[in-house]
Amino acid sequence: MGEPMKIRATLTGDTTEVKVLMNHEMETGQRKDAQGQAIPAWFIQTIGVTWNGKTVLSGQWGPAVAKNPFLSFKFKGGAKGDKIAVRWIDSRGDQRADEVIIA
Amino acid sequence: MDSKRRTILKSGSGLTLLALVTAAGWLDAEEALAQTWNKAAFDTHSLGDTLRALGGGEPAQSKDIEFVQTPEIAENGAVVPVGVTSRIPKTESIAILIEKNPNMLAAVFDIPTGTEPTISTRVKMAQTSNIYALVRAEGRYYVAAKEVKVTLGGCGG
Repeated sequence: MGEPMKIRATLTGDTTEVKVLMNHEMETGQRKDAQGQAIPAWFIQTIGVTWNGKTVLSGQWGPAVAKNPFLSFKFKGGAKGDKIAVRWIDSRGDQRADEVIIA
Repeated sequence: MDSKRRTILKSGSGLTLLALVTAAGWLDAEEALAQTWNKAAFDTHSLGDTLRALGGGEPAQSKDIEFVQTPEIAENGAVVPVGVTSRIPKTESIAILIEKNPNMLAAVFDIPTGTEPTISTRVKMAQTSNIYALVRAEGRYYVAAKEVKVTLGGCGG
């Protein structure tokens, strides 16, 4: 299991803004360690965000997404108390899912 | 859609076919999340190759794609904020490509109906480069570019 994410979902008018801060090395595979050995690539490949079970965003990432990835977007709908779930799977098959309630 | 069919026919191998089908958004998002990462698209080194791997044709330059919260100069290439807003109706996906990175494609986001075609994230840049925002709307591709100057590279060690 990966490290927990920070998620914030805020309702303004009829639009919910979701901000996510994930906790991941996002190793590119381009770097070398102190011994000159290549550090293998290790990064989040797929992400998905759902609102009460309905997909509101999905994505595929390469290693060029920055370490501890940040993501923000908005969707129409949502009500205070609704559930937002964010999930990722990385290149080692590890995954993490976290939830937050819309505030 | 003819060109997409030809790409699929040409591609041959089943794995590539699945990758292309997923990129075309034919599988629903949950399945896409559980299954495939479009390796072919993330291995590309040019805009043309990336487009082909995503199953698209020649993109049209568009003034309706705007970069927001994206700096002219990034002091640290390891963390460069990039925001893309599309005013193209029925935007289905937004991809971020960095021309001079080892691999060009950084991220692809699928935008379901109801989600605003605006996305913000942070990327790594190896050096000063053009960033392309590639938007798919009703199966057509549109592109806009912005140069970001990098003082300290974000790849390599």
